[in-house]
Amino acid sequence: MDQKKYWQNLGELNNTEGYQKLVKDEFQEDLPMFDNSKGLLDAKTPRRDFLKYVGFSTAAAAVAAGCEAPVRKSIPYLNKPENLSPGVAQYYATTYVAEGDAVPVVAKVRDGRPIKIEGNDHSFLNMKGEGTSARVQSSVLDLYDTARLRWPAEVVNKELKELQLSEALDKKIAGELSGTTPVLLTSTITSPTTKQVIAEFLAKYPGGRHVQYDAISYSGLLLANERSYGKRTLPSYRFDKAKVIVSIDADFLGTWLSSEEYASQYASGRKINQKNPEMSKHIQFEGVLSLTGANADDRFLTRPSETGAIVLNLLAKLGGGVAAPAIADEKVKKGIDMAASMLGANKGAALVVCGSNDPDVQVLVNAINELLGANGVTINWAAPVQIRQGIDGEMDQLVKDMNSGQVSSLLIYEANPAYNYQDAAGFISGLQKVKLSVSFNDRADETSVLCKYIIPHPHYLESWGDAEARVGFYGLMQPTIEHLFSTRPFQTSLLKWSGSNTDYDEYFKKYWVEKLGGQMAFDAALQSGVVEPAEVSFASLPYNGAAVADAAAKVASVKSGSNAELILYQKVSIGSGATANNPWLQEMPDPISRATWDNYVMISYAMAKELGIELNDKYEVEYKKPVVEFTINGKPVKLPILAIAGMHPKVIALAVGYGRGEGVGLAGANVGYNAYPLVNGKGATRSYYSTDVTGYKNTGDTYDIAYTQTHNQYEGRVEVVREYTLADFRKNPEAVPHYREELAEDFAKHTGDFRAEATMYPNYESPGAHWGMSIDLNACTGCGACTIACTAENNVPVVGKSEVKRYHDMHWLRIDRYYASYRDKTEGDDLNVVFMPMLCQHCDNAPCENVCPVSATNHSSEGLNQMAYNRCIGTRYCANNCPFKVRRFNWADYTGADSFPDNQQFGVVGGLDPVVAQMNDDLTRMVLNPDVTVRSRGVIEKCSFCVQRLQDAKLKAKKSQDPSEIRNVKTACMQACSTGAIVFGNVNDKESRVYKLRTEEQNHRTYYALEHIHVLPNISYLAKIRNTDRPVGVKEEEHGATEIKEEAHH
Amino acid sequence: MSYQRSTVKRLVFGSLLVFSLSFLVNTASAQDGKAIFNSKCAACHSVFKESTGPALGGLEERGPWSDRKKLYAWIHNPAAFMANDAYTQGLKASHNGIMMTGFPDLKEAEIDAIVNYINTTFAAGPGGPKPSGGDGKAVAAEPQSDNTLLFGVLTLILAVIALTLLQVNSNLKKMSDDKEGIPSSEPVPFYRNKLYIALCIIALFLVGGYFTIQGAVGLGRQQNYEPEQPIFYSHKVHAGINQISCLYCHTGPQEGKQANIPSVNVCMNCHMAINEYTKGPALYRKDGSEVNGTAEIKKLYEYAGWDESKNQYTGKGKPIQWTRIHNLPDHVYFNHSQHVVVGQQQCQTCHGNITEMDEVHQFADLSMGWCINCHRNTKVQFENNKFYSIYEKFHEDIKNKKIDSVTVEMIGGTECQKCHY
Repeated sequence: MDQKKYWQNLGELNNTEGYQKLVKDEFQEDLPMFDNSKGLLDAKTPRRDFLKYVGFSTAAAAVAAGCEAPVRKSIPYLNKPENLSPGVAQYYATTYVAEGDAVPVVAKVRDGRPIKIEGNDHSFLNMKGEGTSARVQSSVLDLYDTARLRWPAEVVNKELKELQLSEALDKKIAGELSGTTPVLLTSTITSPTTKQVIAEFLAKYPGGRHVQYDAISYSGLLLANERSYGKRTLPSYRFDKAKVIVSIDADFLGTWLSSEEYASQYASGRKINQKNPEMSKHIQFEGVLSLTGANADDRFLTRPSETGAIVLNLLAKLGGGVAAPAIADEKVKKGIDMAASMLGANKGAALVVCGSNDPDVQVLVNAINELLGANGVTINWAAPVQIRQGIDGEMDQLVKDMNSGQVSSLLIYEANPAYNYQDAAGFISGLQKVKLSVSFNDRADETSVLCKYIIPHPHYLESWGDAEARVGFYGLMQPTIEHLFSTRPFQTSLLKWSGSNTDYDEYFKKYWVEKLGGQMAFDAALQSGVVEPAEVSFASLPYNGAAVADAAAKVASVKSGSNAELILYQKVSIGSGATANNPWLQEMPDPISRATWDNYVMISYAMAKELGIELNDKYEVEYKKPVVEFTINGKPVKLPILAIAGMHPKVIALAVGYGRGEGVGLAGANVGYNAYPLVNGKGATRSYYSTDVTGYKNTGDTYDIAYTQTHNQYEGRVEVVREYTLADFRKNPEAVPHYREELAEDFAKHTGDFRAEATMYPNYESPGAHWGMSIDLNACTGCGACTIACTAENNVPVVGKSEVKRYHDMHWLRIDRYYASYRDKTEGDDLNVVFMPMLCQHCDNAPCENVCPVSATNHSSEGLNQMAYNRCIGTRYCANNCPFKVRRFNWADYTGADSFPDNQQFGVVGGLDPVVAQMNDDLTRMVLNPDVTVRSRGVIEKCSFCVQRLQDAKLKAKKSQDPSEIRNVKTACMQACSTGAIVFGNVNDKESRVYKLRTEEQNHRTYYALEHIHVLPNISYLAKIRNTDRPVGVKEEEHGATEIKEEAHH
Repeated sequence: MSYQRSTVKRLVFGSLLVFSLSFLVNTASAQDGKAIFNSKCAACHSVFKESTGPALGGLEERGPWSDRKKLYAWIHNPAAFMANDAYTQGLKASHNGIMMTGFPDLKEAEIDAIVNYINTTFAAGPGGPKPSGGDGKAVAAEPQSDNTLLFGVLTLILAVIALTLLQVNSNLKKMSDDKEGIPSSEPVPFYRNKLYIALCIIALFLVGGYFTIQGAVGLGRQQNYEPEQPIFYSHKVHAGINQISCLYCHTGPQEGKQANIPSVNVCMNCHMAINEYTKGPALYRKDGSEVNGTAEIKKLYEYAGWDESKNQYTGKGKPIQWTRIHNLPDHVYFNHSQHVVVGQQQCQTCHGNITEMDEVHQFADLSMGWCINCHRNTKVQFENNKFYSIYEKFHEDIKNKKIDSVTVEMIGGTECQKCHY
């Protein structure tokens, strides 16, 4: 019988030759200077040259020794601000605002520079937690983006001419504005003060209007809610109140609306109480493997054109009184039956969400939720959500008006239609007919360079402001740093041009002082960062089902053809593409494809075979990917492909947000392909799929995709992942502890103490604190926020695409994506996906420590596997000997930390990508955490358990004489995790969360990766439990005890 | 004969090696009482004056110190000694409860040398040995002189003798060979003798290597660094004579990692009123020129933008660009509050006798060895801080008398990631 297997790539699944070659070496290439094949004297560095170098470097050292140390200055303040102490961090509550999203955050400011963002746990919008998304984490880097415009400019023939912010400029523009009917084109605005400013501005210019335009449209949902509930707005979804969750095409854990909030709610239903194992059931219907689909209990492959039919069938099955078209696919049919019966059995605790932007489909989804009693429970209308307000028709009308010459002036804020409007050419031609166009965007992006003036808006960390993501839930913004550049809030411009003398900062303060009833209340609100009700109330809205019949008829008329279909999706990292110049996000591996720095067409294995692409070693191990010519909407498009398990065989998927223009900056420009022109804008609302993929053929060309899927392999040691079905776990909850007992029986025959007896090495004692981490694989959604948080906290370098391609990626924390399937069934519904955050396990019996010739890596008395960079001589033995492959080597001077300037362009590594230069700009380097060493070339680095935070917490505890201060210290990854999957603390403290999890609350699920090789990790994992009837995991009895024993002897 | 000759060669070579080595070893360990006193004791003790610890002059007449054994025990482990000694308990009480740091590494001979130095210095009186006069002579015995020169001269003389003997030996051999008719080669002048050349190279290698390594180890270290500052600010006048607490101006040590150079507004708190320097002792720069204290205060006014005549700020101030003296490399994390608040260390432990310095110089070499040594020797304030209750094992051991105290090292104070991350 074929056994179910965990695998990360096809090579691993089939254990091919190329894969074996790949895993043999930790490092894929030798240092070129040691190429000895032609004999020593012919080598690039023969013996004589070597001696010359030795002689020279000795002499150089002697000369250097004689030199005087540089004179350093210490310049104190002239007048030191009170409460500010150099070297001591300060924390300011503010609000992250971008494209309608509003997340209350806390900015850590060191010596006047914001360096880290955390969620504000005062806010219900963050579910009272500190978790954030990767994009919020990385927003601090955007502050120091070198591509930000540093002064207002006038665009003359696409060239920027610097302007001064002055009264004269304001008079000039106000003069040009007068007599026109201005249109204000912005992304969704939730700020009450900004809305008021806009209203006052438009009052001065009668006939003007405000158009909100979202890069990714939610018009369908907004319009459907208007029909069903009479309000053109969004509810707040409560995934934590749902026992059954059905999602049709909605990536609610990754990119759909307020996904971090949803992930946090979702996880609360997935965390298992082992005494009474219960968890929510999540069923996903989708065509492309999304982050959400990867987390689902059961997943059914559908085509985007079938979305309506599925919703209609579900509604019919639940007794919605509509006729539903037949579903051809048997599996999907069964899936609908299962979903309907489960939803029906859990009325009042069920939720259906749908990612479609078709208002008719969403009307039907509303009807389903109404039948399920979701209104007022899992769909809460008490405080409508305002984060998306754009209506596609209004934007389309604006472009029409512009082209017909009816728009005389256009003011653009945080909108970039020249890049992300489906008919960008139409917008651009219309813009040329507009007499006065002003852009407030922060850089000379695709739209701004076509405007007449650019007056850059400051970054949110430099601004005063507010946001009202949900009605009555306000987040306040305060500057954490002085304006870096000559920027001005666009609200100030509107105020000045409408004849007011105040600027927006004053306006904002006045508004809030009045609203809150005094300066004291305002100060208090600023300090907490939010103004919110004491608790979240629940309310329903009266439902109107009148639109259902009409919608059902329209949806039923949509027919699926036989063509392949294209899905345009967002990547968790880049999203709509506004942050495309953020190197952290560009280098973050996509949770599913594990690719960085590009977009590509994801296709199924079946389609790859059809295209004649052999899914052999060459395909998997090499980064050169075939380029395929697709005919989409009648036009041929050549794009690189990635074959991905878990795709519908007739679906291809391409991410939006790539293919930005030069103006976006060094890192983001010309990365990937712009997919926005493929958005279908023919209907009343945009649709993000195309049924018109008529042809595809392999061009025979290749394109390099830097993906990390085949990096860091375990050589088939699958024990790193453990997964059970809920039923199995209920039946045999002690499978994992039982395994541990077996290990003790086998390897500790005398004492039964596996830890002490099964090794020849001494046992490390931890007399004081002993740090440990527990990671719940059930709660981890794989979103990658931890990776970025780690990058920000620990100054992890960005290496660029060319280096990722060479396996030189530097992330200290990666999220491994495992597929679980039978060898012959790599696709389809039986595929399970498991995410596993992998970082240094801080083994108490660490294989890396024994092999270091200079003891640069050694063990601390607190259980840390320490790394002393200055001691490291770069032999990389440790990385070779690490079973978890978590050690990273600095192949080049990625950070500019070396004293030798040419180490970034050194022959061995080749030239580095321009993004490395961007990261080493003096401006960008302001984001570096001063408490963490910036590593230079030639040393190994890895996760330190955020030792700087541990030492800081210990110091605080010593000062306050209170050991409980170190009980639950937070590492950066833990703090950023919205789902609370990561728990860290002092395991020697019996009151600590991590101790309780391991010993009482979750001891049945607690396992250690590769436990049998006796490395004694300080990170434990909680086994993944899936609420499904399908077989899951590798069955214990099939495992073969002999295999385990053999491994242990290695 | 040839056998003998090679023996002679070996002997000569060996003796040269031994001498050159003893030369090196001697420079490394030639310390007298004064040097040890300055490196180990001077941070807290003076011979004549009370500072952090009591004045040490005439110590043998006080307490139990006439018994040298007790003194050894006290210096090696103050905590253990104090447990059974009322005198030292009283000392601790009278010095703000500050406990003497233990020096378990000090050899008894070294302690003797310290006591010897203290006694001679004390007897000579605060002015140092009097240049003339009768009673000064008797006690002003030179402290043990540095023997390096003597050994060097001896080595040289012995080397010359050895060379001469070798030359004589070879001449004699040639003469006897000639006499016996044994053909022998022409004598090689010594500068072309391979043996000498080899010896010279080895000697050069050893000496050169020693200095190269010393130079490399000292790279970036700047003990005794005393740059000229933009304003001649005398710590002696402020912290010494006027006894202003260090923490009044340096506000950081109790809060965080940096001690903070005071901002100009802190200076002006006092100097708005104090606008001339008249009462204090005359101040001298390193080059011997006298400092005009009042002029230096005027410089401060310029930086602060203070108009003395109108008693108000002009608003045209600029920060002072002090030259930084204490520099740690970027890969070292040092936190003042850890040492000052938690460890209850005195500023003087690391910064030397600041109250005696005009312009500050770097007292310690701030090397890793220096840090580690202190971490090895320093006792943690274990009993008084509740945080350390997590170290149950150590508390148990103390109770069972297995250990008498806990050093910083025992709680991880010498592990890499205590300071490097």
